[in-house]
Amino acid sequence: MLGYLIRRILAAIPVMGVVALFVFLLLRLTPGDPAAIIAGDNATPEQLDRIRTQLGLNEPLYTQFFSWVWRLLHGDFGTSLISNVPVLQMVNQRIEPSLSIALCVMLVSILVAIPLGVIAAWKHGTWIDRFVMALSVLGFSVPVFVIGYVLVQVFAIELRWFPVQGFRSISRGFGPFVERITLPTIALSFVYVALIARMTRAAMLGVLGEDYVRTARAKGINEGGVLFRHALRNAAVPVITVIGTGFALLISGVVVTESVFNLPGIGRLTVDAVLARDFPVIQAMILLTSGVYVGVNLLIDLAYALLDPRIRY
Amino acid sequence: MSELVNPTVNTRPIALEIENLVVGVGKTGAGKKIIDGISLQVREGETLCVVGESGSGKSVTSLSTMGLLPRDSLKAIGGSIKLVGEDVLQATDRRLRELRATTMAMIFQEPMTALNPVVTVGKQIDEVLRTHTNLGAGARRAKILDMMEQVHLPDVKRIFASYPHRLSGGQRQRIMIAMALVLEPKLLIADEPTTALDVTTQAQILKLIRELQKDHGTAVLFITHDMGVVADIADRVAVMRHGRLVETGALKDVLSAPTQDYTRNLLSSVPSLIPRAAREEVGFNPVVLEANELGKVYRERSMFGKPREVHAAQDVTLTLRKGRTLGIVGESGSGKSTVARCIVRLIDPTSGGIRLAGREISDLSRHALQPHRKKIQIVFQDPYRSLNPRITIGESICEGPINFGTKHSVAMARARELLELVGLPPDAVSRYPHQFSGGQRQRIAIARALALDPEVLVADEAVSALDVSVQAQVLRLLDDIQTRLGIAILFITHDLRVAAQICDDVAVMQHGRVVEQGPAAEVLANPQQPYTRQLLDAAPGRGWDFSNFRAVDGSAAVPAAV
Repeated sequence: MLGYLIRRILAAIPVMGVVALFVFLLLRLTPGDPAAIIAGDNATPEQLDRIRTQLGLNEPLYTQFFSWVWRLLHGDFGTSLISNVPVLQMVNQRIEPSLSIALCVMLVSILVAIPLGVIAAWKHGTWIDRFVMALSVLGFSVPVFVIGYVLVQVFAIELRWFPVQGFRSISRGFGPFVERITLPTIALSFVYVALIARMTRAAMLGVLGEDYVRTARAKGINEGGVLFRHALRNAAVPVITVIGTGFALLISGVVVTESVFNLPGIGRLTVDAVLARDFPVIQAMILLTSGVYVGVNLLIDLAYALLDPRIRY
Repeated sequence: MSELVNPTVNTRPIALEIENLVVGVGKTGAGKKIIDGISLQVREGETLCVVGESGSGKSVTSLSTMGLLPRDSLKAIGGSIKLVGEDVLQATDRRLRELRATTMAMIFQEPMTALNPVVTVGKQIDEVLRTHTNLGAGARRAKILDMMEQVHLPDVKRIFASYPHRLSGGQRQRIMIAMALVLEPKLLIADEPTTALDVTTQAQILKLIRELQKDHGTAVLFITHDMGVVADIADRVAVMRHGRLVETGALKDVLSAPTQDYTRNLLSSVPSLIPRAAREEVGFNPVVLEANELGKVYRERSMFGKPREVHAAQDVTLTLRKGRTLGIVGESGSGKSTVARCIVRLIDPTSGGIRLAGREISDLSRHALQPHRKKIQIVFQDPYRSLNPRITIGESICEGPINFGTKHSVAMARARELLELVGLPPDAVSRYPHQFSGGQRQRIAIARALALDPEVLVADEAVSALDVSVQAQVLRLLDDIQTRLGIAILFITHDLRVAAQICDDVAVMQHGRVVEQGPAAEVLANPQQPYTRQLLDAAPGRGWDFSNFRAVDGSAAVPAAV
């Protein structure tokens, strides 16, 4: 197992290397002078020169690449062209809201969706099954901002149970944190509940027809044991995959939700950076996103190996 | 109908009594009656074999008893099933769960899929004890290990902690038996428990069931389609067909003096183990297929360390003449299918040569091989999966000839002829595979293979998935085609009875090598190698000559299960 882990981590290095190369070339291969693109149309020659030196554009390409990677490895992601703040610091400030939202949404979705999916598969073809499926179609089809604004209107403005918007760090008290994270979590959970419940149902339907489920029933085990101890673990692999990729999507930013609830998260940072052509920030965001995906995929594969002893590593 | 008059068994308490059971299709059971008035009785310490072909309702009977019928498609709507006096059809779900594993237990056909792949086998047995007893962890473990010893598993502590995929099919079935018998139920239902196993393993499992039954006095309801197994394990036999009981009686009575035509036919269809007389070679038959020291090695690449090599076939040398049938016989993993697939070049051999109609084909490229493909055709085991469900029978049969340049209309006319040749109506060309039964589909598969006028037909377990009566028909068809067309047949099978009836020559394979080969009459009647002898000894029902309704002289004519 440990050997497998090490092999997988080693295998992630070339992937990240390719991503880094792509990110590096993104700026260099854009037509025209990168410095001019960065500086914008009204830049003075002095500004251009300063940017060139700052980016090391006067050196050969490979030297530029390696020194850039070297700086990345030391945590230097450059400085924002707009705010002149180090990129790493900007990301650090934004990561907590995004991470909090992602974790809360996943937790809520898993707790709601998996029992729903299991029950739908168990009661396959009945009104319960159809109800769950209808719910999941609804979850897919209603845009998150609609759900978000409805929630804000009802629970924040009318009932005044929750604040309308904003984010409070967990370090400043659990109560205020929960108060502000609840509505965005619910709004975003809809689509993930739909996705995970559907996947769970499909996987469970396949597994419930298996011989070992019949064997479990023949042993006189109650239905709960049959469903959760025997069937669910065998159905888990596709469900874990969906949960993993969903989590990665959440971390790399959910712009709409962040906008609706005015959360200072990664998603809005990325959009702002793209609109402002803040290249160092864009590069950092691409690297972060890819890193999260590589990491999540590694975790998914480890989960496979833990869940299913037949998967050899 | 005469019952076994054996005072020791006949006076024992009745463990299971099924009376007038009716099972219907649908949630309410209002649809077609799958089981229509079955009555059976099993006493403690007795084995009742329920025998029948597919669709006879034998499995539905056993599932009804366990209360495991699929809820939304089948329902018992009449009669009673009394388990030690208690009607399980009237029992609540809760009561049924209490009865399972404690009073009645079941083992299934497929040991490969009957165990949960992600839970260790020890835990799976433990679950039975945790559900039904209040024993502490230590006591449970001790009981499980003891039970695992009783089913003769080696190294029980290691196996206790193993996952199912680490165990062989036979070991898994032993685990299933241990799990079923750990609480000493009164009734054991065994639904084709040895059908998926090799003959030698099958013989061991049958012996084990008999042994445990003797020790624990269990009543056994044994479902099977195999008359050989029936002869080896039954005290009494019940023959089923289309959801009704055809005949029931003591083993010896049913086998030696069947009262019903259906039973007679069923018994007559069982191929004899005594090889048929070899056909005379008329004149000089040219060699059409030769395999010369054929080998196939699978290499498993490993990131660290040496690659693992598996010799699936080694030094296999075979010769097949026009108009003759050569059988390759062996258990699973013996390499017989690998050899067949190498010969047809569906996979590429790693060494050795294949000469087809005098031409070396083992080293031809895919492209150069193409014109030779038509000379050798293959029929696969599973007729349900070897025909494309989305295209018509006619298109399936025509596809090969059209690839070789035959005009569509000509090929279609030929397809009609071929369907007639295999005993199907010519208008079947416009129908789809799902409209045919298993036996008919296998006829279609044979017609498809013949469409290219091959010189060699490879039949890879081509009758193994079929019921005996259908099997007998398909074997007759192959024989008939061979006589008419002079085709050479390479017949791959695990079934010695089938081999004895269809082959002129046989090659016995084990661990990728041919251990013995020669005329079928010699190899199967007078085996020289210990492995061949072992295979023949393990063949179920060798004490009976089924088609002549008599015990074979000189061997164990009396069923061992007394």
